[in-house]
Amino acid sequence: MTQRGAAPDGRPPEIPPAAPMRTASLEQPSRRVHSVSGDGSDPLLRVNNIEVVYDHVILVLKGVSLEVPQGGIVALLGANGAGKSTTLKSISNLLRAERGDVTKGTIEFAGTRIEKMDPSRVVKSGVVQVMEGRRCFEHLTVEEDLLTGAHTRRDGRRAIKQDLERVYEYFPRLVARRSVKTGYISGGEQQMVAIGRALMVRPKLMLLDEPSMGLAPQLVQEIFGIITRMNREENVSILLAEQNVAQALKVAQYAYVLENGRIVLDGDAQTIQGNADIREFYLGLTEIGKKSYREVKYYRRRKRWLA
Amino acid sequence: MEEFLFFMEVLVSGLLQGFMYSVVALGFVLIIKSSGVFNFAQGSMCLFAALGMVSFWEAGIPFWLAVLLALLMMVVLAVAIERVVLRPLVARPPLILFMATIGLSFFLEGLAQGIWGTQPHGLDIGIPDRPFKGFPIDVSQFELFAAGVAILLVVGLVIFFHRTRIGRALRAVSDDHTAALSVGISLRMIWGVTWALAGMVALVAGILWGTRLGVQYSLTLIVLKALAVLILGGFNSITGAVVGGLIIGGSEKVAEVYLSLYFGLGGIESFFGYLLAMLVLFVRPYGLFGDEIIERV
Repeated sequence: MTQRGAAPDGRPPEIPPAAPMRTASLEQPSRRVHSVSGDGSDPLLRVNNIEVVYDHVILVLKGVSLEVPQGGIVALLGANGAGKSTTLKSISNLLRAERGDVTKGTIEFAGTRIEKMDPSRVVKSGVVQVMEGRRCFEHLTVEEDLLTGAHTRRDGRRAIKQDLERVYEYFPRLVARRSVKTGYISGGEQQMVAIGRALMVRPKLMLLDEPSMGLAPQLVQEIFGIITRMNREENVSILLAEQNVAQALKVAQYAYVLENGRIVLDGDAQTIQGNADIREFYLGLTEIGKKSYREVKYYRRRKRWLA
Repeated sequence: MEEFLFFMEVLVSGLLQGFMYSVVALGFVLIIKSSGVFNFAQGSMCLFAALGMVSFWEAGIPFWLAVLLALLMMVVLAVAIERVVLRPLVARPPLILFMATIGLSFFLEGLAQGIWGTQPHGLDIGIPDRPFKGFPIDVSQFELFAAGVAILLVVGLVIFFHRTRIGRALRAVSDDHTAALSVGISLRMIWGVTWALAGMVALVAGILWGTRLGVQYSLTLIVLKALAVLILGGFNSITGAVVGGLIIGGSEKVAEVYLSLYFGLGGIESFFGYLLAMLVLFVRPYGLFGDEIIERV
């Protein structure tokens, strides 16, 4: 670079080298990885101003940026169609399977760019998504379904067997169901299989897409309890997309609020919980307490204006 | 007694013929299982494989080496199909993939005949299509051999699907593509493997049927019988392909012989299988052994 800057053609040296230098630093992940493990302050996942387009025309995310720190639980909140699932899928790169594409911005995991990576390589590098609506392999037995999570692993039968036992420890209810086809178990058990299967990957980062969807309140409690336990005991960082804002804010340290493909608000969980708009629009609380339905009309209008 | 032996002879020869239907049907099942696509090109793949194998053999390469070479050729073909045809069509509706296989079918027929010519080749793998001597009923040696091959193939495939890591991944993909992607199963690899397996099955079917009919263009039409087998047995079941093949092979022979004997109806064999398949459709739309559609209430 210095040689180029000293080139005899008389051009100002700063401008031409600037571009190659930048791309070089992006294309050399190994150096950045070192710096992450070095000071520990770099986030595990950094989503930088991404734009996502479906079918070449439909713009779904309009510049989303977020970070997940090493070992943290981060919540991604928002209503139906806000872009939560799309954000998660652009990280795990399942987007391509739905004809979506990250057209702008970057996604870095542990210092490596992953937005163009094949989904199976993304999984190998330690990012796993638990998709919305459970998505079990319904003609596989519970145990076989869990074992598909170990598909990319090369660390031998014994390690996989151990992790399987570990999953059964987290979800004792699955033990009795291990040879039942997952199509025939209950919704809560399917969610457990989906999470357990992701755990079998031995991920560094788990992307959870609405784990509470369609579950009884008590089961939701149980699942969220397990999420915090996994985070603590398996050292899995978690990005949690949820509509159940109250529950999500209980387990997360930090939260982003997504509306219409944009982050409209972010802050640590307590700040978000204390935010007047969040209390009103997502938690159904006003300054006085429970929301009165007389004001619903006003609420709708104000939300639209906000978005 | 005489009567009974005759019946057994008819039935057994039908069942053995059924095994040969099964082998053809298996090729379809493999691809439907992994990608939900009905592979119209399966018949052309049979022709392609058999024609290739015969040509290698006629060029003076020893039999087993020729088979091995043809096998290798089918694997290369499978990888090429995945690369050129399937990958760009990822996440398209199954109907579009089906259309692509129609195109592929004509391409393969043309390519096979372009490379190896259009004249029929005789194929004699050294097992006579004659009955054993001294048996109470006449059973063709070749048909017995074919049935043996079919059984070996099926046992091998079932073990592969249920006892191996890749096999499990294949079944996962057949249930839910995206979820399979989400745990890191590579669709490209899976599709490559299934098409290679289907190519291998096509080779076996091509050799067996080629021995009987000669290796020629009409080999592509054996898939028509497989269709009835698939409807009867279920489109995504290996067991279904075998049992379906046996039922159709056995029943059509028996129907042909006895209905024409007692009622003077002829030529039943050519359509009886389809009739049976249709009846099964009324009762079990996913076939006798197809994956049941699991609905939770």
